[in-house]
Amino acid sequence: MIINSILSFEFPPINELLRWKDVVPGLNKVGLIAVASALIGTLVFLSAARKDPKVAPKGTRNLAEVSVEFIENNIIMQTMGRDGLGWTPFLLTLFLFVYLCNMPGIIPFIQMPATARMAIPMFLAVLVWVVFNVQGIKHQGFFGYFKSVLFPPGVPKALYILVTPIEFISTLIVRPFSLAVRLFANMLAGHLLLVIFALLSEAMFQARDKILIPIGVLPFFMLVFLTGFEVLVAFLQAYIFTILAAVYISGAVHPEH
Amino acid sequence: MEALSKIVKAAADAAAGDEKNIAAAGSAGFAYGLAAIGPGIGIGIIFGSAIEAMARQPEAAGMVRTTMFLGIAFTEALALIGFVVFILLKYA
Repeated sequence: MIINSILSFEFPPINELLRWKDVVPGLNKVGLIAVASALIGTLVFLSAARKDPKVAPKGTRNLAEVSVEFIENNIIMQTMGRDGLGWTPFLLTLFLFVYLCNMPGIIPFIQMPATARMAIPMFLAVLVWVVFNVQGIKHQGFFGYFKSVLFPPGVPKALYILVTPIEFISTLIVRPFSLAVRLFANMLAGHLLLVIFALLSEAMFQARDKILIPIGVLPFFMLVFLTGFEVLVAFLQAYIFTILAAVYISGAVHPEH
Repeated sequence: MEALSKIVKAAADAAAGDEKNIAAAGSAGFAYGLAAIGPGIGIGIIFGSAIEAMARQPEAAGMVRTTMFLGIAFTEALALIGFVVFILLKYA
């Protein structure tokens, strides 16, 4: 009997979990979440900018100031130094957008991180790739930049046969690829874990064998624990994405000597 | 005994299905399992060293933490590529 109900438990096909019907033509739920998170971030900062800067900050202004300080102290000062403070707007936008796209993964009834589809991480990674390459070319000149990327100084001449292809692949191909895949796979893995434990506890609670119902408490506790864990992952992935963007930009602007 | 024969029957039903699907499912499991070994060890080493560094020099904790996350991000990417290969083998 028990074996029967275990064998009858079927995991839905992945398209059912990830491919949503269009809400309006051309815009499905994931796209809607992405647009909503962009709007929320913009609105919070617009309403914060209207507040009087002379009085003590509270509400949205407080939130905005805390996030700007977080980006400046914990990301830019640690990786780019004082010269990089001009990058605060770009990195803050990147951080907020990724974070607000990640958070719907654990908000009840929405339960889908917009970054769990490849399109948004890939677009952001290509954006970062274009920005750091253009900055490198702008600060060191076209040949200077590619010379410092492909022929790192301090390497014996004969080793360039080996070093140059590795540097080419790792800087220009693997960097955007790993940046996109890291964000995408983390969020997708978290989403799938939540789905698996939610479906498992639902199947257990509704099983015909009464003996399975108390066992269903175990996947349910795992589900609660994983939801808490996803809060951490959503923040950490946004943080890592931003910090890597900062490291890449600072590496292109200030070459190694 | 009855339960055992049921499982055997289920396995036989699966074997009668598409050969390619079975091979894909098996290699998908291996792909993720093998990809997780190296990064698991690597992240352990990174965390261990970071804790040691922070305990020795608590005033450098902020810098060590940032560098630790960078190291984890690079190491973890390998495991995540394994996870993507898993998805591709299983569903693509």
